[in-house]
Formats: sequence, C-alpha cells, structure tokens
Amino acid sequence: MKPALTLKVVLASLLSAPLLWLAWRVQLDINQPGTGLGPDAGETLVHYLGEWSLVMVLIAFTISPMRRWTGFSGWLRSRRMVGLFAFAYVVLHIASYLVFYLNLSWQALFEDFVERAYITAGMLAFFCLLLMTLTSTRGWQRRLRARWYQLHQLIYLAIGSALVHLWWLTRDGYLEVALYSLWFVLLCVERWAGSARFIWRTGARQPPG
Amino acid sequence: MSRYEPASIPSSEITPESLFLNRRAFMRNSAALAAGASLVSPASAGLQPDDDVTPEQIATSYNNFYEFGTDKGDPARYAHELTTEPWRVTVSGEAGKTGEFDFDDIIKGMTVEERIYRFRCVEAWSMVVPWMGIPLKNILQQFEPNGNARFVEFKTLLRPSEMRGQRSFFSGIEWPYVEGLRLDEAYHPLTIMVTGMYGKTLPNQNGAPWRLMVPWKYGFKSIKSIVSIRFTERQPRNTWNMLAPNEYGFYANVNPAVSHPRWSQASERRLPSTLFDPNTRPTLPFNGYADEVAGLYAGMDLAKYY
Repeated sequence: MKPALTLKVVLASLLSAPLLWLAWRVQLDINQPGTGLGPDAGETLVHYLGEWSLVMVLIAFTISPMRRWTGFSGWLRSRRMVGLFAFAYVVLHIASYLVFYLNLSWQALFEDFVERAYITAGMLAFFCLLLMTLTSTRGWQRRLRARWYQLHQLIYLAIGSALVHLWWLTRDGYLEVALYSLWFVLLCVERWAGSARFIWRTGARQPPG
Repeated sequence: MSRYEPASIPSSEITPESLFLNRRAFMRNSAALAAGASLVSPASAGLQPDDDVTPEQIATSYNNFYEFGTDKGDPARYAHELTTEPWRVTVSGEAGKTGEFDFDDIIKGMTVEERIYRFRCVEAWSMVVPWMGIPLKNILQQFEPNGNARFVEFKTLLRPSEMRGQRSFFSGIEWPYVEGLRLDEAYHPLTIMVTGMYGKTLPNQNGAPWRLMVPWKYGFKSIKSIVSIRFTERQPRNTWNMLAPNEYGFYANVNPAVSHPRWSQASERRLPSTLFDPNTRPTLPFNGYADEVAGLYAGMDLAKYY
C-alpha cells in the first residue's frame, strides 16, 4: 500500500475509535440503562461528542504542520477526510443537544441562539465548518481557485469560536479548555513564524495552509 | 426459541423499609389533604405523585462537590480522603453563645427526621432524595442569635490536603465555599441540616458530617461539610455569586421563569435520565414548594432578586 493511503487508513481508524467506543457504551446503556452512559445519558452524550468535535477540528488543523515537520506530503491527502470526520462529530453533537436538551424544539434552539452567548459562539463554529464541508470537494476547489484558500481560512474562526464556546460554558476547572487553547495557539504561532520566515527570505507571500 | 429470563432488579432499586413506610405516610398525608385537612407534614410537602425516589447509588455517586473536583464522579472518587472526625464548628457573630463547638455536642439530643425532598440543581437536572436531618431552626436557636442577626452565613471546611479540588491550579473559586440565608429562610420548617440519607450516615461525597438542605433553592445553596456558622446583620457573600454575579444570585430560588445564561430553567431532567426515557419535566416555581415558601418573598421582584 502506498504510504499516503496507509496513513489515511490509520487516521480513519483512529478518528473513528471515539465513535466506536461511544457505540459500545450506548449498546451497554440500551441493555441496562445507566451502565454505559451514567445517570444523565443526554448530558454524557452531548459533552462527549462536543469534546471530540473540538479535538477532531484541532487534528485537522494539525495536518499541514505535520507535513512540514515530517517532510511527508502524503499528510495533505488525508486533510479533507479529517475535516469531514470533524464535521460528522459536530453534527452528532448538535443533534444530541437538540434531542436531549431541547426536546427537538426549534423555538428553544432559536431562544438559545439569541439568549445564550456560548450557544451563539458554538453555532458560529458550526456554520464555518458547514461552509468548509460544502466546498471541500475537488470541484469546488477548482471553481473557487485562490478564493478557496481564503474561504478555508475560516478554520481559525471555527476553532476560535469553538474554544470560546467551551470557555463560556465551563463553570470552573479550566484545565481542559486551557490545554485545547494552548494546542491552537502553538499551531498559530508555528504558522505565523513559518510564513514570517518565508516572507523575510523571499519577499513573497506563501499561500496560507 | 425464547428463553425465560428473570428481570434483574439492581439492589439500588429495592426500596429500603424506612422509605417504604415513609411513602405510606406520604399517602396518608395526601389522603388527609384530599379530605380537607390543611396540614401537610414537612416530611412530604411539595412531593408530586410521580416523584419516585432516585436510586441511592445515583444520589451518592453523581453530584457536584467542587472541593473534590469538577467532574460529577470526582466526589465519590476522592471524598474518602477527607477526615470527618473530630469535627469542630465555629459559631460567631450576632449571637449570645459563640465559640468553637464539637459537632457531636451541637446535635446531641436532637431528633433526626426523615424528609423526602425534590432536589434541583442549577444545571437543570434533579433528583428526589430521602434526607435525614434536623430543622435548622432548632440548631440555630441554641446559639441565641440576638436582635441584630438578620442573616446566617455558612462556610465549608478549607483543607486542601484532603480536598484535592481546593489544590487545583485551574479553579477560579476562592476557597472556602461560603453560602448564606436570610434568617427567616433559615428558620423555615422545610430548611434542615442534613446528617444522613437513605437511612444511613451522610457519605463524605454528599457533605459529611453535615450539610444544609433548602429544597426550594438551587442545589448550590445547600452548602456541604460546614465548619462555620456566623450570624450577621448584613447579607453575606456566596461563592457562586462572587464568581459569576450575572449567573448566580443570593436567593437562587428555583424559578422556571428566570432564564439562566447557561441553561433554560423551564424544564429539568429527573435522574436517572436515559436514552429512551430522558425523563424531562417542567420545573416548578420554588421547586414545587411555592405553597410553603412563596410568602417569604411577597412583594419582591424575583427576576431582580434571582
């Protein structure tokens, strides 16, 4: 198997692992309520899926530095797949929120969107990822050309607002959200340092990525 | 081919005798009420017909007690590190008898009653718990509060060596945890100091050796593992209000009409809440105790004093 394909298969199995683990817990819970998901199944689902959504988006953001660090260009062949994984986790996160917190009430969702700032931030992240997912195909890449790169800078806004979403909803105990933020900040610094060096050396801008 | 399998009943589902008897008392009271009697005993006031007691295993393993960590499993995981004997309590402020007392001496000779209360967390989940406790009024009056005492303030133990949440660098809480009540709230017959639950001694994770229980207020008012009682003239501070004043007030009465920046308070998930039975129900004003306590707040704008 070609190295790029091997990498893709490995990544796909790693990224599906949290979902398989969740499926196993759901299965336990169906057999005997409370055993797999605890006394508050809805909350467990929503938090678990939300946390993994953030991790997936951060992993997608880590793909291009991986290419730079390893010198292996095959990483980029997996980037779209990782992004789609992230979007799938986000969709499941929101769906479980709708079912277990809002009883499928669109009016309640609208109220949340207007009244609760952390929901507004989370929705903003969702819309960014939605746009990126819709335009992630080769066809759209060709159609949008340079604009495609600009559009996919939305990843910064998506991760930024997802982090704000988590900061605002954390009541206390900021260790996790601090670690995720650090991950994001380090990757930003790595990118900016990289492009600053590039501009200094060549006087030209490199395409962001 | 089908095989007969006996339904497995977890031991936590089997109702202890004391509760069973109490449920009978509840039925009796309800019958009395229906017959036109005006008194409902505090033991079952506010209970709705579909308020089933939450399994003990859940009430003792899934709760907030940030002194032991922010995960709801942390208290049950780490509270065994806490020593509750001996337990000294400092009484101070506007009272005739102040000083340091031994916990056992304070409650000596007092009658412990069983109270089945609805418990509503500000995070929109709820339980029904059989507490064992002493009316707070009986406890407070032995310290002879004077005429200046209008509020009472409580503090939780500060002991980072045994409470790992207090050692956490990533916590914004200014320890020790403090809470307070207006004296008339504290003297209300529904307000109790809890020393046990499910017919047993109060477990560490639920606030041993004693904790407050104010059933018409959000759970964070019911401060745990208390070591200080202070009578004051002015309204005391309370921890969550200090951390986020726009979210948590001093009164914190359960109120479906006052929305919270994090959670709509219109409904709640009664635990256990499972995949196919989320057990969501509307939240009641004053957590179902409006008949008993609404009078305490007559004329107050509850949207302002949340």
